[in-house]
Amino acid sequence: MVAAAAREIRDGERVFVGMRLPLLGFAVAKELHAPNAVGLFENGVIRDWPALQSIFTMSDPPNVARSLYCGGLLDVMGLMQSGRVELGFIGGAEVDRFGNLNTHWVEEKGKRVRLPGSGGAADIATLAGRCIIIMNHEKRRFVPRVHFVTSPGYGEGGNWRDQSGLTGGGPSRVITSMGIFTFDPATKEMLLSSYHPGVTVEQIQRETGWPLRLSDAVGETPAPTADEIAAVRKYDPKGVWTS
Amino acid sequence: MNKLCSLSQAISRNIEDGMSVATGCGLESLIPFAAGYEIIRQKKRDLTLIAPISDIQLDQIIGAGCARKIVAAWVGNVAAGLAHNFRRAMEDGIPRPLEVEEHSNFTIGLALQAAAMGLPFLPTKTARGSDFSRADHFQPLRCPFTKEELLAVRAVKPDVAILHVQRADVEGNAHLWGNLGVTVEAARAARKVVLTCEEIVDHEVILSDPNRTLIQGFLVSSVVHVPFGSHPSPTQGFARRDDDFYFDYHKESRNREGFERWLERWVLGVKDHQEFLKRLGEERVRRLKPEGNLFSPSVSFNL
Repeated sequence: MVAAAAREIRDGERVFVGMRLPLLGFAVAKELHAPNAVGLFENGVIRDWPALQSIFTMSDPPNVARSLYCGGLLDVMGLMQSGRVELGFIGGAEVDRFGNLNTHWVEEKGKRVRLPGSGGAADIATLAGRCIIIMNHEKRRFVPRVHFVTSPGYGEGGNWRDQSGLTGGGPSRVITSMGIFTFDPATKEMLLSSYHPGVTVEQIQRETGWPLRLSDAVGETPAPTADEIAAVRKYDPKGVWTS
Repeated sequence: MNKLCSLSQAISRNIEDGMSVATGCGLESLIPFAAGYEIIRQKKRDLTLIAPISDIQLDQIIGAGCARKIVAAWVGNVAAGLAHNFRRAMEDGIPRPLEVEEHSNFTIGLALQAAAMGLPFLPTKTARGSDFSRADHFQPLRCPFTKEELLAVRAVKPDVAILHVQRADVEGNAHLWGNLGVTVEAARAARKVVLTCEEIVDHEVILSDPNRTLIQGFLVSSVVHVPFGSHPSPTQGFARRDDDFYFDYHKESRNREGFERWLERWVLGVKDHQEFLKRLGEERVRRLKPEGNLFSPSVSFNL
């Protein structure tokens, strides 16, 4: 998943990074194919090189020291609102086939479970040039319709984003623990574009709450290269995020 | 005017039951935890807590029964996951029911910035199409110039902002550095500001580096010297993040009884911040202090 996230970052892009897997993906991309990528964090930090010590939050001292810029939340959100952030990473408790994400509440055994809320996710979903959704692939998370739209994807599909006046491009990929999805250019439905090595389409269908649609070019996700694995180990030596 | 006082005095003088209090404005760093514990010890009630994400501090104050309402983008434990007291309050009304004004990080920043500039709202392109943007504190707005559809975010004007900073003089002129989150916006939006700081410095130190005086003393009501006052959150140059404290809190607060034990051990059972640090232990405090120095070169303001 980290390698897949890293491959999405193009050289020179300004990326709203987030934490955990995307943070590591940013480090791997910088190391390998995107040395000029710049990372933005919603606490106000902008970095042009990844923090070398492992961190649990974007405000940990190793992510602040020797950063390119330290300012406020409105500085980086303003850059994103004005179209200067090409890519952002987000996740959630639930996602539906149009890439809408929910991090507000879900139902378990008939009871509402309250989740933390948006944080910066709704901002990234509405404003970033494009966004990548990263999720564990489980049936309870891949639902036909999310209980609550925290971070809009393509809404009800088709040209919903345009009609709703959203300026960001919306989700371009969903990277899961089982495979990678793109979106149908017209209907904006999720399409399975690859399954990770050792995973079958049938297994993915079992963990997806709607009838899967396959991309014409569906195939196996290229396994992480030796360089990608080495870069992951460099930035996550203890396997905190990738064990 | 010398505004130095004890933490206990700062909380009792500036915070009354029913007030709205902004905290955790640096996001995951500079969270004024010591001040939050004093709010709990003084049994403040019916507070409205304002914070973008808060990283367990809101959860602690909610669990202690001090809060009636939350104005926030996210309530949880950044490294460990869900906030158990927030869940119990929202799902079962324990220890008391809680109202939430839902925001994204951007909209809460704009809401504070609107108040900071004396405006009733600010327009934005964010959050449109989300379900939480249908609440009353967001209204659709058509730009009078371009005619594009925008979202108006209602101003949030806290009664008090509690901010932890690296250094301040006794008047409350403060130098802070590292990521700022919505600290400056909150200082300007609030009716009163309580500063907790790592160091009290001479006014001359403040004047030596005016670009770093991000909070001006005329906004500040009380100044408290609280070294390590952001523990377990980091303060750049003074304190690392105490990751274990967050993970332990997550485990121990999983059920109500566990949280009550946690509260007794770390808050109610200690008299003040000095006693809290003693309970944390010299060895742990020493480990959390940054090693070495990463100084930036000084800049010249020569005439």
